[in-house]
Amino acid sequence: MARVVVDVMLKPEILDPQGQAVQRALPRLGFEGISDVRQGKRFELEVDGPVDEAALARIHDLAESFLANTVIEDFTVKVESEAVVAEASK
Amino acid sequence: MSRTPLDTVEHAAATPDVELPWAELGLKKDEYERIVEILGRRPTGAELAMYSVMWSEHCSYKSSKVHLRQFGEKAPENDALLVGIGENAGVVDVGQGYAVTFKVESHNHPSYVEPYQGAATGVGGIVRDIIAMGARPVAVVDPLRFGAADHPDTKRVLPGVVAGIGGYGNCLGLPNIGGEVVFDACYQGNPLVNAGCIGVMRHEDIHLAKASGAGNKVILYGARTGGDGIGGASILASETFDDAKPSKRPAVQVGDPFQEKLLIECTLEAFAEKLVVGIQDLGAAGLSCATSELASNGSGGMRVTLDDVPLRDSTLSPEEILMSESQERMCAVVEPEKVDRFLEICAKWDVIATVIGEVTDGDRLEIYWHGGKIVDVDPRTVAHEGPVYERPYARPEWQDALQADDAGKLPRPQSAEELKAQVLKLVASPNQASKKWITQQYDHFVQGNTVLAMPEDSGMIRVDEKTGLGVALATDGNGRYAKLDPYTGAQLALAEAYRNVATTGAKPLAVSDCLNFGSPEDPAVMWQFAEAVRGLADGCQQLGTPVTGGNVSLYNQTGEAAIHPTPVVAVLGVIDDVARRTPVAFQEEGQLLYLLGDTREEFGGSAWSQVVHDHLGGLPPKVDLERERLLAEILISASRDGMIDSAHDLSDGGLVQAVVESALLGGKGARLVVPDGLDAFTFLLSESAGRAVVAVPRSEEVRFNDMCGARGLPATRIGVVDGDTIEVQGEFEVTLAELREAHEATIPALLA
Repeated sequence: MARVVVDVMLKPEILDPQGQAVQRALPRLGFEGISDVRQGKRFELEVDGPVDEAALARIHDLAESFLANTVIEDFTVKVESEAVVAEASK
Repeated sequence: MSRTPLDTVEHAAATPDVELPWAELGLKKDEYERIVEILGRRPTGAELAMYSVMWSEHCSYKSSKVHLRQFGEKAPENDALLVGIGENAGVVDVGQGYAVTFKVESHNHPSYVEPYQGAATGVGGIVRDIIAMGARPVAVVDPLRFGAADHPDTKRVLPGVVAGIGGYGNCLGLPNIGGEVVFDACYQGNPLVNAGCIGVMRHEDIHLAKASGAGNKVILYGARTGGDGIGGASILASETFDDAKPSKRPAVQVGDPFQEKLLIECTLEAFAEKLVVGIQDLGAAGLSCATSELASNGSGGMRVTLDDVPLRDSTLSPEEILMSESQERMCAVVEPEKVDRFLEICAKWDVIATVIGEVTDGDRLEIYWHGGKIVDVDPRTVAHEGPVYERPYARPEWQDALQADDAGKLPRPQSAEELKAQVLKLVASPNQASKKWITQQYDHFVQGNTVLAMPEDSGMIRVDEKTGLGVALATDGNGRYAKLDPYTGAQLALAEAYRNVATTGAKPLAVSDCLNFGSPEDPAVMWQFAEAVRGLADGCQQLGTPVTGGNVSLYNQTGEAAIHPTPVVAVLGVIDDVARRTPVAFQEEGQLLYLLGDTREEFGGSAWSQVVHDHLGGLPPKVDLERERLLAEILISASRDGMIDSAHDLSDGGLVQAVVESALLGGKGARLVVPDGLDAFTFLLSESAGRAVVAVPRSEEVRFNDMCGARGLPATRIGVVDGDTIEVQGEFEVTLAELREAHEATIPALLA
């Protein structure tokens, strides 16, 4: 089993009200020096079987059609090494 | 940044031969030549950006202007009108020192591309129009039209639009009190998402958009400016000026309702302290529009330093900053000694505010960037003296055939059983079915002043808690009627909205409209538009309700197929005491049902012809505006004097639709008798205009009859509120439970 991570972010030119709210809150809480915050979504998909090109293509499809709203969001797909998965599950 | 050389006015004058992408920005060759002629040189990139957005159909009304003039020329005398067409929104006197401003606009295309954000920012835009007049927004309404209810794309678009409207409005704390939802295959790919807003203020608080007084400061406040909605400007930026930029800018904007809420409170506080000379919201065309309109409506010129505009994205070019449609921004003109206080208020509300320029005593709009002058224009040529087209229009060839295809010839039900089956099919059809699943996603009652909301005939809001003064707003439009005859169709929309306001007991005062049509370059569409405007202007003149403003949305078409011509009309009314309102629901068993008005055999464009025969042809119902006026007077008097306990206007679906709605809402049935001279089918399903059904307490029957008799309004006793069925004597009987199942299950089954 391997884990594939899909990160979904609003496109850079799209307003991110949540990120802005976080950014505005930071100095009030004493955290200085952060000029911008963008907030996104991370999906961790546990894939049955090998993560080959076909599997990645399928994940790309599902990310494009379901996980991300590509009118306003971009996404990236990356495979996390199985070792990391094992590490995390200890 | 490696932007060399900056395209300043000087640079433009020195390099007359540089080719600019005017065609890509949507300008025609003669329009570009006109700009060169006005300036006496080629425009700079920034100037071209401004002209191209301000001279677009959306901002300049270049195709519709010649027709819209009629709203001014035919405007009836009306003492209630405080501010007419041309401002951000019209303002109407509703008495007791209160004024109300209201307007309807479209956000059609963005809502198709990205339903949630498109619809949400549509609400945001209309709300800013209302605050720019100095009014506190108190309610919103949303007339919506989608493709066929069972089309898969409708299931994508509708839930997003509804969630977007609900989300934005709920976050702002504004009740949604009215509107419509209509399905028709003609809106496939071109859904109509119109949004209206009502605002209330005291007379002395009306504000107009203008910049006067040299030395006054121009303050941009609200959200930072980002790359939203500047698809066109990126052409200027990436291809002509700087190839390193991201080439695709989205045409979609994302709104932030909490920022808008701060903007409302901050603006109203600044108004209350009389800190504002002029104000303008930033909507379509963003800063290009706000600066050129403020300057051209004032007495002087304006100088703006674009470097001072707070940016969300530091890579934006000046052209993009001028064209950006980032949401939740406003522009105010403030006297120098009041600037500090204004900025203080903005800081209190956590709203970013920046002085970006000042009013000058010249007559030019000058914009600077990195020390260079990139815009030097007469603001009037940008904002008001755009191109005006007398587009050719012609009655389409198919119009005669369409009108000859008489719906009266369609096969009618042959038996009582068939009639009953058709009635059940009608009340369950998507257009006639209960829209509760949609409207209950909106907050109707936030702020605690909502008196009536969907599915009542019009929304009603209490304006003054002590006196009970209130306003009512109804929106209506029937694309099927307008397709058959645009002149009559527009008047029918007006008549229905007018009637809906009166049915609740309010006196109709003024009109706003949102005119949704196909491409003006098609002479047939242009004819529909011209006819609809003529019909609406004539109708408003006759009813004494002036058009105070509105919006035109053209190019609602895919390929050759235009939407039905769809003029949506909003009528605003006033009621002295909202406690006197008349609801739709039956209140008490034993009350007598009266049908007001005349019923003729009119089935052209009717719901019955659509649901049973999938037919559109013939002529729409006749309009008699004098009759509408009389009916309204009777409904208002009867409400004021307590002679009726419920009332419902008759429109699509006819009498049976109205009775079913009143019965289901009240949980009480009715026994109906077909009046002499009518057959059951016509009685139940004809869509003759100028009618309403009212429930009269027995103790008031004589008085009510006397009033109708004396005023000459036909009033026919058709039955009584009774039991838990709807019985049409001698025809059929159907239980409320069966009707409720038919009426309320349709929409959730299709969309939930």
